[in-house]
Amino acid sequence: MALSRLSSRSNGIARPFSAAFNRFISTDTTPITIETSLPFTAHLCDPPSRSVESSSQELLDFFRTMALMRRMEIAADSLYKAKLIRGFCHLYDGQEAVAIGMEAAITKKDAIITAYRDHCIFLGRGGSLHEVFSELMGRQAGCSKGKGGSMHFYKKDSSFYGGHGIVGAQVPLGCGIAFAQKYNKEEAVTFALYGDGAANQGQLFEALNISALWDLPAILVCENNHYGMGTAEWRAAKSPSYYKRGDYVPGLKVDGMDAFAVKQACKFAKDHALEKGPIILEMDTYRYHGHSMSDPGSTYRTRDEISGVRQERDPIERIKKLVLSHDLATEKELKDMEKEIRKEVDDAIAKAKDCPMPEPSELFTNVYVKGFGTESFGPDRKEVKAALP
Amino acid sequence: MAALLGRSCRKLGFLSSGHGARRSVSTETGKSLNLYSAINQALHIALDSDPRSFVFGEDVGFGGVFRCTTGLAERFGKNRVFNTPLCEQGIVGFGIGLAAMGNRAIVEIQFADYIYPAFDQIVNEAAKFRYRSGNQFNCGGLTIRAPYGAVGHGGHYHSQSPEAFFCHVPGIKVVIPRSPREAKGLLLSCIRDPNPVVFFEPKWLYRQAVEEVPEHDYMIPLSEAEVIREGNDITLVGWGAQLTIMEQACLEAEKEGISCELIDLKTLLPWDKETVEASVKKTGRLLISHEAPITGGFGAEISATILERCFLKLEAPVSRICGLDTPFPLVFEPFYMPTKNKILDAIKTTVNY
Repeated sequence: MALSRLSSRSNGIARPFSAAFNRFISTDTTPITIETSLPFTAHLCDPPSRSVESSSQELLDFFRTMALMRRMEIAADSLYKAKLIRGFCHLYDGQEAVAIGMEAAITKKDAIITAYRDHCIFLGRGGSLHEVFSELMGRQAGCSKGKGGSMHFYKKDSSFYGGHGIVGAQVPLGCGIAFAQKYNKEEAVTFALYGDGAANQGQLFEALNISALWDLPAILVCENNHYGMGTAEWRAAKSPSYYKRGDYVPGLKVDGMDAFAVKQACKFAKDHALEKGPIILEMDTYRYHGHSMSDPGSTYRTRDEISGVRQERDPIERIKKLVLSHDLATEKELKDMEKEIRKEVDDAIAKAKDCPMPEPSELFTNVYVKGFGTESFGPDRKEVKAALP
Repeated sequence: MAALLGRSCRKLGFLSSGHGARRSVSTETGKSLNLYSAINQALHIALDSDPRSFVFGEDVGFGGVFRCTTGLAERFGKNRVFNTPLCEQGIVGFGIGLAAMGNRAIVEIQFADYIYPAFDQIVNEAAKFRYRSGNQFNCGGLTIRAPYGAVGHGGHYHSQSPEAFFCHVPGIKVVIPRSPREAKGLLLSCIRDPNPVVFFEPKWLYRQAVEEVPEHDYMIPLSEAEVIREGNDITLVGWGAQLTIMEQACLEAEKEGISCELIDLKTLLPWDKETVEASVKKTGRLLISHEAPITGGFGAEISATILERCFLKLEAPVSRICGLDTPFPLVFEPFYMPTKNKILDAIKTTVNY
C-alpha cells in the first residue's frame, strides 16, 4: 500500500507503508539526541547519561510500534468481552515503552523471558499480529499452536522464552538461560522480566545469588506498575525500591514510561552484564487496565490516578510530542498512521477468526517427546487410545 | 458441548442424604447459600469461637478473589485477618510457625495451582513436625485452604486438581467438600482438627452450587464417607465438584435400569475404607471418577485397596474415569474432562462385563 499523501515535506519517494514512513526521513538516520525525562537512580553503579542517541527513523518506529501495541491490546479487550478470547488475558497498555525501549537496545540473540503480560513483548520480538490474535483465540496459526493461550507466547527464533503463568517462576529460568549463553560464549544477555508482586518471591533471590556468584549475564527487570494484582506495592514490600533489593547486585531505577530512558538503561545493563555480571533494572511504569480482564482495575486505585498517569506520563503521547517538536511529521500524518494501524489490527483479527481450531488429536501431542503419547483404558481393559470425535 | 451443559445444571443443588440421616444436619433447614458464602460463614464462626485463630493469604483482606473472606477483616481486625505478600512458601511456613505456638492458622493459597512452592513446607515441615519432635511440638492448628478444579476456562494454571500429591503424605489430612452445607461443616472440623489439614474447595461451585445451610455452628466428622445415593448394581466413588457429574450419570443409568450407589469420600486422607468396602461388597462393581489425570491419581489408591479387600466379590475390574494424562488444556477442556457420558459409558460397560 503506497502512501499517497502529499505534504510539503515529502520528496515523492513512494514506499509501502508498512516498511517505513513515506517522507524524506525514510532512509534518514540523522542522529537526534534526546534527554530522558528523569535522571537515573543508581545503586552500586554509576548511572548512564541522560542523553540518548536516537534517530528520526527510530522515533517514528517507536511511535508506530507503540501505537500498534496499544491498539492490539485494546482490540484484545473487546475480543475478550465478546468471548472470542477465553481464559485469562493480561493487558500491557501503558507499559509499551518498556517493551519497545528494550528491543531498541538489544539484538534478537539476546534472550527475553517474561511473565504472563507478554503480548507486546512478543510483538516487539518480531511476532506478527496474526500469530498474536490466533493464539489468543486458541487457533492453529497461533505462536504456540493455540495450545498456550494469552499467557504462553513463545518465539524461539528471536530468543523469546515466553510467557509464564506462575508468578516469579520465570526468573530462575532466565538465569539458567544466561548461564547457557555464558557457557556457549555467545556474547549475549538475558532479560528476565517480572513484576512488583513477583519481587517478593523467594526463588528470585535464589536465582540472583547464583547469578552474582557465577557472574552470569542476567539482567533482572522489575516492571514495577505499583500494583500486584490489587495490592499496592507499599502493602506488599518492606522496601519498594526494587532496584536496591539485589543488595550486593547493582541496580538502576528507570522511568518506564520513557522509551528512551528504557533504551539507555537496557544498553547500559547489557554492557554491564557482559562485563561484570547481573544487574537489576526497575522500570517505573503503569498499566491502565486492571490486572487481567476479570479485574476492573478501579477498586484499588482511583480513576483520577489512572487518568492522571494517562495525561502526564503516557508513553505514546511523549513520543508523539517529540515527533512533532522535531518536525518529523504533522498531527494529521500521525493520525493517519493510527488509522492505518487500526485497519491493520482489524484485518489481523478477521484473518485470525477464520483460522481453524487445533485438531482434537493435538490434545495429546507434545506432552512428551514424540512417540510417547497418552492412553486411556476402558473398563473392559481394551486400550482406548484417544479417538476423539 | 455436553460437558458444559452438564456443568451448568449444578444450580439445581445437591441431593441430601435423607436415607436414615447419619447426622441431623442434613435434614435441617437454614439459609440458602452458595459455596463461598458457606465458607465465609464457617470462617466467621471459627474466628469468633477461638480468639487465637488467624486468617491470612494473598488478598484476603478485602474479601479474597472468590469472596470467601468477606467481612472478616472488618469484624476481627487487621491483626487477625491480613494480607501477605506473594510468596506461597513463606505463607505456609509462616502458618506452620504460628500453629506451632498453639494458634489456629487458616492459610489461603489463592489457587491450588500455586501451592507447589509451598509443597516442601507442607510435606517436609507440617506433616512431620509432630512425628520428628516426639510429640513435643505440632502444627495441628494449621489449615490450608485452596480453590481447586476445572472452571471451564481456567487453562493450565487455574484448573488443577493436586489432591493426589498430598494424599501421599502421612501426617496431613486432605479434605474436599461437595456442596455448601458440607463445606461449612467440614471446614469447621478441619480448623478444629488437631492435625494439619489441606482443604480443597471446588472453585466451580463457589457461585453455582446453592443449598440450605444451617446458620449455627456445626461440624461434620472427618474420615467418614457418605453414601449420598443408594443402589445395588455399581458403586461410584468421587469427591468435590465431580460428584454432580456422577450424579447426572447415575440418573441416566437409572433410566436404563442400572441402580447406582454414589459415595462422597469427603476426606481423602485418611479415607473411609470401610464404607466403600461395604458398598462394593454389596454391589460387586466399582467406578471412581476424578478430574485429576488418571495415572497416579487418587483413584489408583482406592482401586488397589478395594481390590485387596473385595477381590472375590468383584464382578468386573475397577473402572477409573478421570482426566487425561496431559497438562490441563485450555481449548481442549471438554475433551480432557471426565464427562457424564464417559462415566455413563463406563457404568454400562462395567455392569455388562
